[in-house]
Amino acid sequence: MDITKFTAIELAEKIKSKEFTAREVTEASLALIDAKDNEIGAFLSIDREGALAAAAEIDRKISAGEDAGVLGGVPVAVKDNICIEDMTTTCASKMLENYRPPYSAHVVDKLRAAGAVIIGKTNLDEFAMGSSTENSALKKTANPRNTAYVPGGSSGGSAAAVAAGFVPLALGSDTGGSIRQPASYCGVVGMKPTYGVVSRYGLVAFGSSLDQIGPFARNTKDAALLLDVIAGPDQRDSNCAPEKLTGLNELNDIDYSGLKIGLPKEYFETEGLDSQVRQKVEAAIEKFKTAGAEIREIHLPMIKYAVPTYYIVATAEASSNLSRFDGAHYGHRCGDATDIIDMFSRSREEGFGEEVKRRIMLGTYVLSAGYYDAYYLRALKVRTKIADDFANAFKEVDIIAAPVAPSTAFKTGEKTNDPLAMYLSDIYTISVNLAGLPGISLPCGEADNGMPVGLQLISAMNQDAKLLAVSAGFEELG
Amino acid sequence: MSKITEEDIKKIALLSRLELDEKEVGKFAGQLESILEYIEHLSEVDIEGVEPFISAAASGNVFREDRIIPSLPNEKALQNAPKSGEGFFKVPAVIK
Repeated sequence: MDITKFTAIELAEKIKSKEFTAREVTEASLALIDAKDNEIGAFLSIDREGALAAAAEIDRKISAGEDAGVLGGVPVAVKDNICIEDMTTTCASKMLENYRPPYSAHVVDKLRAAGAVIIGKTNLDEFAMGSSTENSALKKTANPRNTAYVPGGSSGGSAAAVAAGFVPLALGSDTGGSIRQPASYCGVVGMKPTYGVVSRYGLVAFGSSLDQIGPFARNTKDAALLLDVIAGPDQRDSNCAPEKLTGLNELNDIDYSGLKIGLPKEYFETEGLDSQVRQKVEAAIEKFKTAGAEIREIHLPMIKYAVPTYYIVATAEASSNLSRFDGAHYGHRCGDATDIIDMFSRSREEGFGEEVKRRIMLGTYVLSAGYYDAYYLRALKVRTKIADDFANAFKEVDIIAAPVAPSTAFKTGEKTNDPLAMYLSDIYTISVNLAGLPGISLPCGEADNGMPVGLQLISAMNQDAKLLAVSAGFEELG
Repeated sequence: MSKITEEDIKKIALLSRLELDEKEVGKFAGQLESILEYIEHLSEVDIEGVEPFISAAASGNVFREDRIIPSLPNEKALQNAPKSGEGFFKVPAVIK
């Protein structure tokens, strides 16, 4: 069978109706990875044995007439900052190169309960810090559309695995655009849900007030199904909402005559917005207009402060979260430590890569005595104003449409020496994390060089079901 | 305010528990300075009377009942320890 020809929903149906066995589908996924992943580099590890065992159990259930779950037999890839018990979880860092978590993330339990077959763990920027997956300490990942280009990041491996057709579904995490930006660069669908919709238990923490786990797929319907599987309450994440959002997988038909779409003037006026990206995004918006939607210009005056606000909040939280990597409990420990401080400092120096150190340093600085009020507290107040901008906009419109990133995928090595230029590739995505909103990236064309362009749709908090419905509607507008 | 010296970098590195080498100290001084210069833009924003944004969770912090549930067994908790013995994590002496 050719696994790249089917969506996740089709695969689940065909396995259920015994057209394919889960084993055949799993073997097809593994065979494609064997043949092509040396060129792409999407995976850091493959769980061949575990995947085949999971597939055998699905086949047993189906032949016994038992319920195999909505994802029964569907191969799924998981970003390698999400813990799976006794399966290496590296965060693409030398710090955790040999780390075998003693427990699984909530989303992994949910995937397994739904019958998904976990194929392996995907590459990322070390500790999810980066926008191109070039910060991985363990592997290079190429964009399947053209291997001279980066896949985006930080969830570059998951985006590439879906774009290459290795798996129809993958999980990523999004702190400032780490699902939406690589989805856009690779030409797949990626969604960051409302903060609190998905439990982060078992996700290695980066910026706790920003992090969300979300789905990658080749279309919105598959993404909605995956989100519906992983969403819902979990007492082990104290910010996870106590009620599951309803209707995530319903994708109700859109009444375009009643749909108001807002275009943030500031997003389209950004210096550095590529003209081809602008053109494709505007053409996508034109389709909504033709379908009958009302298009309105809106204002998000604080949005120009989103990147600096983010790089204070995210690095401050990272410096605190990453203090747990101390060489004492797990992860890398340096040799021959003279005392405990020496053990901490040298273990961290040897275990962390450059971008991680840079962010820990910046976060420590903005939190340090004398600078806390000037940087961190000020950033939290600006964050309130950014969230208010969105809240005001959503009094007028249902959905905000925007680019995902200012350009299409850049070439490998193009931005590695300029951290600030790299940070600016997240300019359209990070405000969504700051405000806790859901955002989705979906393909809306290609640039002249063949690289995909993404359309970003954003809705008000907890309107994830509506956001998915509008995204699915757009795909049908053709 | 945003002039970052190599001395500043060494102080932040100590607070961060990172033993940077001289090359990294020089590199980070320049890079952090340009990032901080960019971050300075926030000083333009009028934040008079604005409350800090504490949580993005619509429902705020979710509390659970305080009850005893099984936790990781000792050997599982120690399975990744660089050094362990007699059921403990082993580290260099903390008090001399």
